[in-house]
Amino acid sequence: MTTATTAREAATGGDVAAPAGSLRRYGRWWPAVALAALLAAPYSSLPLPGLLDGPIGSAGSLQLLALCLVFGALATGYDLLLGRTGLLSFGHALYFAAGSYATELIMVEAGLPFAVAAVLGLCCGIALAAALGSVALRVGGIAFSMVTLAFAQAGSILVERDPGGVTGGEEGRAIPADRLPASLAGIGNTANLYWIALAYLVLTLAVVHWAVRSPTGRVWEGIKENERRVEVLGLRPYGFKLVAFVLAGALAAVGGIVHLLLTGGATPQTTTSDFTLSLLVMVVLGGSGSRWGPLVGGVLYTWADHRLGDLAGSPAVSGLPSFLRVPLSQPLFLLGALFVATVVALPGGLTRLPARLRRR
Amino acid sequence: MSTTVLLAVTGLGLGALYFLVAAGLSLIFGLMDVLNFAHGALLSVGAYATWWAAGGHLPGAGSGGFGFVLAVCFGTAVGTVAAVVLELALIRPLYDRPREQVLATVGVGLAVPALLSAIWGPDARPFPGPAALSGTFGLLGARIPVNRLVLIGAAAVVLVALRLFLGGTRHGLVVRAGVEDRAMVTALGIDVRRAFTLVFAIGGAAAALGGALGGLYYGSVDPGQGTSLLIFAFVVVVIGGTFGAGGSGAATGSVAGAALAAVVVGLVQQFANYYTASGLGDLAVVVLLAVLLLLKPGGVTGRLA
Repeated sequence: MTTATTAREAATGGDVAAPAGSLRRYGRWWPAVALAALLAAPYSSLPLPGLLDGPIGSAGSLQLLALCLVFGALATGYDLLLGRTGLLSFGHALYFAAGSYATELIMVEAGLPFAVAAVLGLCCGIALAAALGSVALRVGGIAFSMVTLAFAQAGSILVERDPGGVTGGEEGRAIPADRLPASLAGIGNTANLYWIALAYLVLTLAVVHWAVRSPTGRVWEGIKENERRVEVLGLRPYGFKLVAFVLAGALAAVGGIVHLLLTGGATPQTTTSDFTLSLLVMVVLGGSGSRWGPLVGGVLYTWADHRLGDLAGSPAVSGLPSFLRVPLSQPLFLLGALFVATVVALPGGLTRLPARLRRR
Repeated sequence: MSTTVLLAVTGLGLGALYFLVAAGLSLIFGLMDVLNFAHGALLSVGAYATWWAAGGHLPGAGSGGFGFVLAVCFGTAVGTVAAVVLELALIRPLYDRPREQVLATVGVGLAVPALLSAIWGPDARPFPGPAALSGTFGLLGARIPVNRLVLIGAAAVVLVALRLFLGGTRHGLVVRAGVEDRAMVTALGIDVRRAFTLVFAIGGAAAALGGALGGLYYGSVDPGQGTSLLIFAFVVVVIGGTFGAGGSGAATGSVAGAALAAVVVGLVQQFANYYTASGLGDLAVVVLLAVLLLLKPGGVTGRLA
């Protein structure tokens, strides 16, 4: 974060005496500044007590930051369905897990190099999303949600039951360290994995940004508002919805591959319906249908899920009376409660909060 | 033969458990169009409340005889109250935003099991049951656990009670009419929202009873139990919706359909899991859900039956 402040000083320090208007003009560049700060994070040794365990550049912190970025990106891709096209899919975990399991299987069982396996794994994810999406999109509304739920649940059962010893059952599948390129294996190379996660985030943001501004994206918006009207205008929503579904599935498959690298294996937890529900929570928490909302929600959720448990063990919390301490020790309870509060009291999510406060 | 009988009775017991969850789920969905993802949490609340009471924390309640009956009643009551609170606090304020209603129940479905595991730990706790219900009895050469019969009996009682309520009382009439055409009922000057709370209370009671007796069936309680049953309950609701079509009225049809579907799903799961590869029964049931929805999408959009 030291780089963040210097970069911001460089951006604003040139004309300190300039009026507030130019400040606002420079304010538009905050994504670039944030990106530069994120890029430089592995070189920073700044401690963030409470937020992270150890300085930013340490392997543990980088791992958590990278996970936050991956889930932020994953939520952004999921919002392509939920917030941009209005499709409530309960089976997004399937495509994430497909990318991660397929890549691992191809790499280890077929003995192909990682890059080839990753491309093939992505292709598997896309093919699965295209096949299941083309079937599921034949129905609309809540029926679509339940068909996607059924497909994902079938995938989850398959993975858990471990047919022929392929998926590793409840253990999942770990990558043997010698199968990975040397620059991606080992704890000393966490920075490289972190940059890969950051690249995935930038890719997702760029793809979603570009897609929703394309002509297809305009139709998605129309489908979300009123599907019948899109039909009356002479367009067939089915094809457009399928494009959104496959694009979101492809982005999830890439996320699965990055997650595979980051955690060193494919785990069955990523196939469950709970995983999809947590994506849903991230998107709605941050703000569905906005550019930064799902990212904010994903980062917040992942951070809270990993760090609140540690905080609960800290002396500050363990000294509290039990009726306060017990709920605080369960990150999922806090996140669920925060989610419900957001749904009820804050439509538009956390990213809408500043605008709402300003209007008061 | 003895294996077949054992599998059949166990399948019926499982079906009874599914029915207890699905009955409320299908009434809530039929009347309010809310897919209640918190229904599994209600089941867990009932299971833990019964476990807590049967463990000797509630005066008079215990793990044997009348004390256990009291514990089950306590669990059911707690589940009912939880369902009513859920409806009044979360569903009613979101009445004009149907998608947010579903999202709110998703949040509750995540938060409640997490809270339960924060209080009593994430591991399964052994469920105390009366000695009379933990034995087995002989039927056509098979040794069958008694608790299966308790579940089947409870489900039958709930089925009959629901049919009597829907067919014979004024509130039941409002619920039936509401499932058929909610706008018309409102237009006739009847406050259909009171029926919403009522349906949530009934659904919560049935699910909590299912949780209490499910503790007997599984022999333990754990925070994730309700959520894992929920997906199969969804399957039952959807299949029941397609069965119930053409029955006598939408609401009674959906309850009877759910009962029939629960039996089918429970039996298919037990037999397929035993005679083919383990897990194939679960898989078959889930795929059946997808196929049915694709063939008859009307089975779940809006009206159930």
